[in-house]
Amino acid sequence: MRVSGKGLIDRSTPVRFTFDGTSYSGFMGDTVASALLANDVRLMGRSFKYHRPRGPLTAGSEEPNALVTVKRGTDAEPNVRATVQEIYEGLEVRSQNAWPSLAFDALGVNDFAAPFLSAGFYYKTFMWPRAFWERVYEPIIRRAAGLGGLSGTANDAEYEKAHAFCDVLVIGAGPTGLMAALEAGRAGADVILADEDARAGGRLLSETHLVNGQSGVDWAAGVIAELESMDNVRIMTRTTVTGAYDQGTYGALERVSGHVAAKRGTPRACFWRIVSKRSILAAGALERPVAFQNNDRPGIMTAGAVRSYVNKWGVVPGRDVVVFGNNDDAHRTAQDLHAAGVHIAALVDSRSDAHVTGDFPIFTGAQICGSGGRLGLASVTIRTQIGTEKIATECLAMSGGWNPSVHLTCHMNGRPVWRDDIASFVPRADMIPGMVTAGACNGVFSTHGALVEGQRAAKETLEALGMKMSAAGIPETEDAPYTMSPLWAVGGTGRAWLDFQNDVTVKDIKQAAKENFRSVEHMKRYTTQGMATDQGKNSNVGALAILADVTGRGIPETGTTTFRPPYTPVPIAAMGAGAQGKGFAPERLTTSHEGTLKRNAPMIEAGMWYRPSYFPKDAETTWRQSCDREVNMLRESVGVCDVSTLGKIDIQGPDAAAFLDFVYTNTFSTLKAGRVRYGLMLREDGTVMDDGTTARLSETHYVMTTTTAAAGSVMRHLEFVHQCLRPELDVSMISVTEQWAQFAVAGPKARDVLNAVLAHQIDNDSFPFMACGPVKVGDVDARLFRISFSGEHAYEIAVPARYGASMFETLIEQALALGGGPYGMEALNVLRIEKGFITHAEIHGRVTAFDIGMERMISAKKDCIGQTMAAREGLVGEDREQLVGLKPIGAVKQLMAGAHLFDPESPATREHSEGYVTSVGFSPTEASFLGLGFLKGGRARHGQTVKLVDHMRGIETLCEVCHPVFHDPEGGKTRG
Amino acid sequence: MVDLIATTPAGAMKPYVSGVATLSEIALGKATSIAPFKGQGAAVETALGIKLPKVGKSTSRAGQGVVWFSQGQFLALGFDVPAGVHGLAALTDQSDAWCALDLTGEGAEDVLARLVPVDLRITTFKAGHALRSQLGHMPLHITRLKSGGFRLLSFRSMAGTTVHEIQRAMDHLAGRG
Repeated sequence: MRVSGKGLIDRSTPVRFTFDGTSYSGFMGDTVASALLANDVRLMGRSFKYHRPRGPLTAGSEEPNALVTVKRGTDAEPNVRATVQEIYEGLEVRSQNAWPSLAFDALGVNDFAAPFLSAGFYYKTFMWPRAFWERVYEPIIRRAAGLGGLSGTANDAEYEKAHAFCDVLVIGAGPTGLMAALEAGRAGADVILADEDARAGGRLLSETHLVNGQSGVDWAAGVIAELESMDNVRIMTRTTVTGAYDQGTYGALERVSGHVAAKRGTPRACFWRIVSKRSILAAGALERPVAFQNNDRPGIMTAGAVRSYVNKWGVVPGRDVVVFGNNDDAHRTAQDLHAAGVHIAALVDSRSDAHVTGDFPIFTGAQICGSGGRLGLASVTIRTQIGTEKIATECLAMSGGWNPSVHLTCHMNGRPVWRDDIASFVPRADMIPGMVTAGACNGVFSTHGALVEGQRAAKETLEALGMKMSAAGIPETEDAPYTMSPLWAVGGTGRAWLDFQNDVTVKDIKQAAKENFRSVEHMKRYTTQGMATDQGKNSNVGALAILADVTGRGIPETGTTTFRPPYTPVPIAAMGAGAQGKGFAPERLTTSHEGTLKRNAPMIEAGMWYRPSYFPKDAETTWRQSCDREVNMLRESVGVCDVSTLGKIDIQGPDAAAFLDFVYTNTFSTLKAGRVRYGLMLREDGTVMDDGTTARLSETHYVMTTTTAAAGSVMRHLEFVHQCLRPELDVSMISVTEQWAQFAVAGPKARDVLNAVLAHQIDNDSFPFMACGPVKVGDVDARLFRISFSGEHAYEIAVPARYGASMFETLIEQALALGGGPYGMEALNVLRIEKGFITHAEIHGRVTAFDIGMERMISAKKDCIGQTMAAREGLVGEDREQLVGLKPIGAVKQLMAGAHLFDPESPATREHSEGYVTSVGFSPTEASFLGLGFLKGGRARHGQTVKLVDHMRGIETLCEVCHPVFHDPEGGKTRG
Repeated sequence: MVDLIATTPAGAMKPYVSGVATLSEIALGKATSIAPFKGQGAAVETALGIKLPKVGKSTSRAGQGVVWFSQGQFLALGFDVPAGVHGLAALTDQSDAWCALDLTGEGAEDVLARLVPVDLRITTFKAGHALRSQLGHMPLHITRLKSGGFRLLSFRSMAGTTVHEIQRAMDHLAGRG
């Protein structure tokens, strides 16, 4: 029901939305909860376990009952709190956890089975038969108990992640936070003021008392206007600070567009990482319910929430209201409602010495002990000294006192301290380094107290930052003392709810204690109290007070459970925003990418790089046809391949040669300028790290190449060696992988292709095998290396990357003219297997130089990384698995990488494995599958037969053990 | 004679305007990394005619700029390093290695706040300041321009993804209206 003249809603802007298909009207500024209450809809959900009818308990983010699903299809978002979701034109809202309808929910039958569904029921009931748990019981329980469902389709809504930095983060924009932000802002600090509400002001928006002679709303608006005028202050509304982390870092969720009919592409939410030098927690307090029989009916709310509904949204949740509390603060609800013309059926204060006046029935020293109604509250029962009395009412506003919101202070494992006078936990000092707590979250509940606390917090914070504060006067406002007397549960039979969201009652807590789950952490897990999405905000203190009572301990001894982030639910999609597609794996494209795609080459990913698999020609229907053709093409004429992805590191300095001698097993100081040498690099533990060629451009200048896969790790390794192991060496290095586009030109006609593009002709004398040097392509300075990864007469030519695309086309054009063309990774792989060249398939991190037959490359004349460790016993020796070639000799001709090798007579079982296969390919040159692998004592077994078994694919092939170099073992072609 | 044609890292993209930010590809011109050999810092400065910047800063003289690039490494931008520096420092051509983008406009800082985890507030990261960070998983070098906005350098091979990610952040920001 709407009351006139109240609320901050914009009555000139009506907004239509639907709830379970029925259209309702509210106003701009309404939440789903306030708008539905205005339409006399109190029933908004069904409870988790018993499927009890529920309506909103609160008016904020702590809401346990009124969870709804908004939107539809892929856009649907479940478990949205109706008390937080703002309405907009066309918003579609659906209830959850009810079938066939909210008013008639078939699983409401659970409520009648309540005696069997108490705490721990499924631990005891569903013990056997054992196999039934996973197959029968759990699926049924999961279906019956639940929250909203996911759409079942990928969430294609946009989410954002962002970073912010400030001197002072003020968490909460109620009177405390506003005062603190104002002082910090005026002092010139860089301030972020975050508040989860759509509008800053906190409780000032829900109360009627004056601040400096103005309404609280107007005073807050004035402060906000001043803060907005400051360049050094940033106000973030709809932003919940969800976690406190190390070094002044806070997580915060901003609801960006959920409150409007957002256009596509606008992020739904943004997850902020806010790094602040200091922070001020002004998170306020949450009102706690009182446990009494059937205290969960729609229409029963916290007293502060009822005040919010009437003062902030002009809504009363019923035609008449009963107020029930154990503190003076609850009286305000009766007074505000009465002043708004709402009928107060009764004010019940549990304290017999309470002072309360008002033009409505007042009961002191009395309690509400029960409620009646089916889908909503119809009556409450008052127990007084003289008996019980039933009063008809549609709304009960209850208050068991206030719990300071200490949650964030506990995120780094601090424990709050109990204060008897307010029967609440409050933060200790320094639970979060750099954080000052103030106001209601610090146990100070009056508005005056909040303003004073805000100013104090600002002063402490600014002093810590070395800044000065010119304290403003504290505005005049209410300073009512907070007097209360603890009331956790009203005695009586029947179920009295503590945790509304997980359906945990007083009985359940007592049951847990009876079964010896007496520790608060055990009680929590046994009863599931506090384990729902509200994280026990409304029930935590009440539950442990009951536990303390039944176990005969005090509340401080009993202690609290651990508050962990996030304070309110955060969509995983927001935390992971941007980590999809290119954001997950950036694409590294070579300069020949366009030209490669133009030739219809399928791409494969090598690390982040995209490289061509093969270049299909019209008649070819399988990749093997293309691959075979490319191999033959290269062996007979010439092939061109982009090899820019290999790591290239420019190494310069007077000590460059000494440095390379130290990182490579072999010697580079003896390499002549203008020459290239193959190098092998070990890790410190003696296993092979990487291999590649390094060219000496001058006395003090080398260019190292690494494998594509290890480019980053080799660069990191070199920096480590230089900075930590050999800082005395005068050498410097920088990656030039991106600077140069490099192309392999390989095959008998390679030199012809080059001579067609180079400004000056080369021949075998001017450019012999393993030579390198500057050349010109047109007037572009390029670098030429005569190296080969295919066993053919081959070169690699590097041009500045801006010319890469053009160079690729030029080389291909020349190659095509000579019967050659481009080749891809498949052919490259076959070619190197034919030649017995290793890749990271072979040097996979567990093999030594000995294993690959390169132990003689570890020079004994000098020290190098890994030298000592590589000589350890066990890392050399004839029984180690050694690199061999493999060729099928039986009826089965197929080789499989990953297969294991066995003696032909032995069973193919794990303990008989003698080695494994690392690389295979069909060699058109040899007209056979060829493989590389590691075999125990393999070098001495050339000519023997082994059995290859691929257990995964069920392939068994007899193979001859061969020397790994199948093609041109003398290397005449490379030198020719 | 072969006449090679040059292309730019971001494919000569047109300036992309979204909301109150603009992303443009910039021709970096000559870019040379300078890493002075041991004890040669002062000699390099003399030969160069420009002071080498402190960590996280940049220096310039008569339109020629040097920006801090990495530990003991600087990037000379827009001019040929004089011959006198040869032998005093490791000089490496980096002109083609980087995709240079300028992100300008009122919203530039807010766009970067969505992409890089570093504090780029004008109070801490002033004109001429430079740092290396990451844009998602990609290396990124950032300089605040004297004319406002930021100069971003990312790997040439990652230009496409870099532009895509920045445009996405720009659109998100613009979508807030």
